Amino acid sequence: MDFITILQLLDSSIRLATPLLLACLAGLFSERAGIFDIGLEGKMLAAAFFSAAIAFTSGSVWVGLLTGVAASVALSGLHGLASITFRGNQLISGVAINFLAAGMTVVIAQTWFSQGGRTPALTGNARFEEIVLPGAASRIRDIAQQSPLGQIYSELISGHSILVYISLLIVPLSWWVLYRTRFGLRLRAVGENPAAVDTAGISVVGLRYAAVIICGVLCGLAGAYLATGLSAGFVKDMSAGRGFIALAALIFAKWRPWHALGACFLFGFLDAAGNRFQNIELLTFLSLTFLLLAAVSAIMLVIRAILLARGKDTARSLLTPGIALVVSVGLALGLDALDPDAGGIATYLNTFVLPVQFMQALPYILVVVILAGLVGKAIPPRAGGEPYVKER
Amino acid sequence: MDKMPKWADVILIPLISVLLALLASGAVVAFIGESPVEAMRIMIDGAFGSAYGWGYTLFYTTNFIFTGLAVAVAFHARMFNIGGEGQAALGGLGVAIMALYIPWPHWSLALIGCTIAAALFGAAWAAIPAYLQAKRGSHIVITTIMFNFIASALLVYLLVNVFRVEGSMAPETARFAEGTHLPSASTFAGFLGFRPSTPLNVSFFVALAACVAVWLLIWRTRLGYEIRAFGHSETAAVYAGISPVKITMIAMLISGALAGMMAINSVQGEAERLVIDYVQGAGFVGIAVALMGRSHPVGVLLAALLFGALYQGGAELEFEMPAISREMIVVIQALVILFTGALDNMVRMPMEKLFLSLRPRSE
Repeated sequence: MDFITILQLLDSSIRLATPLLLACLAGLFSERAGIFDIGLEGKMLAAAFFSAAIAFTSGSVWVGLLTGVAASVALSGLHGLASITFRGNQLISGVAINFLAAGMTVVIAQTWFSQGGRTPALTGNARFEEIVLPGAASRIRDIAQQSPLGQIYSELISGHSILVYISLLIVPLSWWVLYRTRFGLRLRAVGENPAAVDTAGISVVGLRYAAVIICGVLCGLAGAYLATGLSAGFVKDMSAGRGFIALAALIFAKWRPWHALGACFLFGFLDAAGNRFQNIELLTFLSLTFLLLAAVSAIMLVIRAILLARGKDTARSLLTPGIALVVSVGLALGLDALDPDAGGIATYLNTFVLPVQFMQALPYILVVVILAGLVGKAIPPRAGGEPYVKER
Repeated sequence: MDKMPKWADVILIPLISVLLALLASGAVVAFIGESPVEAMRIMIDGAFGSAYGWGYTLFYTTNFIFTGLAVAVAFHARMFNIGGEGQAALGGLGVAIMALYIPWPHWSLALIGCTIAAALFGAAWAAIPAYLQAKRGSHIVITTIMFNFIASALLVYLLVNVFRVEGSMAPETARFAEGTHLPSASTFAGFLGFRPSTPLNVSFFVALAACVAVWLLIWRTRLGYEIRAFGHSETAAVYAGISPVKITMIAMLISGALAGMMAINSVQGEAERLVIDYVQGAGFVGIAVALMGRSHPVGVLLAALLFGALYQGGAELEFEMPAISREMIVVIQALVILFTGALDNMVRMPMEKLFLSLRPRSE
């Protein structure tokens, strides 16, 4: 695997992580306010369909985006109505919304376009184009001739649609709203102890509706990106479980925005690897795994170093990620350098080919592993899933 | 003090909720530009108008009884098993292995063997999410959904690489041997007009027996009492000496086994081989069926019949009104889940007020 291949892999990881990230942040706002939302999937799907359908008929991707967001917010309102106003079961409401979106999108698409439940392919202004940043090359051939830093800039940082950059900006914005504003404090409080918020004279219902609407807007962006950025048009069930993976990423991130970015990138990477390597030899798979481990330990090292510089950590805690980084980089490069035709262990490992179905199921398997708590205990917001009854 | 008489709680409210769901579905049909009344007529006629229609309606009903009971048993322990789809797929695998590799002398023995295999495989697929829920607190809703995706990938792999017949392109197993073929309705109820091609088969009676068995289990056994106690209040159940881990595991294993047993109807009874994605959403329909049937076997039976009719009628509808796609059924299913499950209080609150105001004041 050469440098440009790794960059391309990371590049598509960013693309595939974007809808997950937006949906994950959507779930973050909702769950932090105490409303569980299994319906992220359905909201994404509805937004994907309406953004594609309206972008096609109007010819403008932005009009499509607005309609998609509106559809997602409408479903959010339904979820709010069921779980806040009528104090229904939030899980059941979410499941209903998922089915409603899965059915409605195909039914409407069929009557509207008669193409077997899909929208016509989008072209030109009906899609989000890739933005080429100043000074970046866009053609593969030009990129290959650049210096490594130039390649990182052109391949990895430049060349995404605007929604990718927006979603990356929403991460610090969400952090700021949740942890540095009065609204954010109240929102977190209503997910932990709604009675206290109520006693302070603040409307629990109002805050929860606000959270649910924000969730709808972010899911709408996620869906619109799926249909008008990542692909060119809507196809049946195109969300493919991303809403649920976003929920798992949210638990993995322990309901924190910056960690959500990391978790979603991890799942994006798995998705990208699954797309790129259809039938993958065990040798390559192992080498990729160590590469991923190296990336994770590098990030850990940077975080620890920042904490150390602020005096919040000891130098010893740099040791574990440091060793992990060196070992995993060594193993990744070492395995990659082995010649599979030379005999010995490399040839032996290379006789095992992981089937494409395994690569496709890998993100789902990882979700289960993460939820099994192999990565530490996750404590959800305390009042999550419980309808608030003002007086008993 | 009960705010409402029992009949209102058990019959009236679900009925109003389902009516609301059907009205909303009618609105969707009208929005598409077709006549809801005409659509309704085609569906009822398609489902109940002929022996052919009845055969398919009751065939689907059989599937939905199994998946509905599966969700219902889990509901009694206050768990939401969305994994019926994957558990049923694995049940199909169990049936296929049993039917392909053992030379069965008679269908009755094959039915017993395949039922056991289907239940075991379905239960095994539910076991891992159940264990993770019981021991690690992993959210069972998300893990069971993930297991649906994993099951689908696993079955594609097995059907393409392991079970596919040599020289055939179709990802499906070989046809099961003659000894495993279940008698169809034409053999035991041919006098009602069922033709040999009808998919309805003896597993319908297994489904009815399962209804009785679940009723006995939940309301007439010690285990059922423990499951219900756990579902009502976990703390009270623990105080009474009921182990949460044990009840979680057992309830989910029974649930998975019931979902898996759907395979004897679809795989052994109808297709007589395992095809890709044979479940076709029946696992999800089970959720709507259990909610509508209030997790009671009689309710599940009636709700399964309604959804069986919707499925068969929907197929006819797609044929007669091409503008309405088959996914209309998913919409109706979603609306039933929404109105009977999530928006239950929307109907309940006004009804409670109504009954309170009707009550004599002298009490």
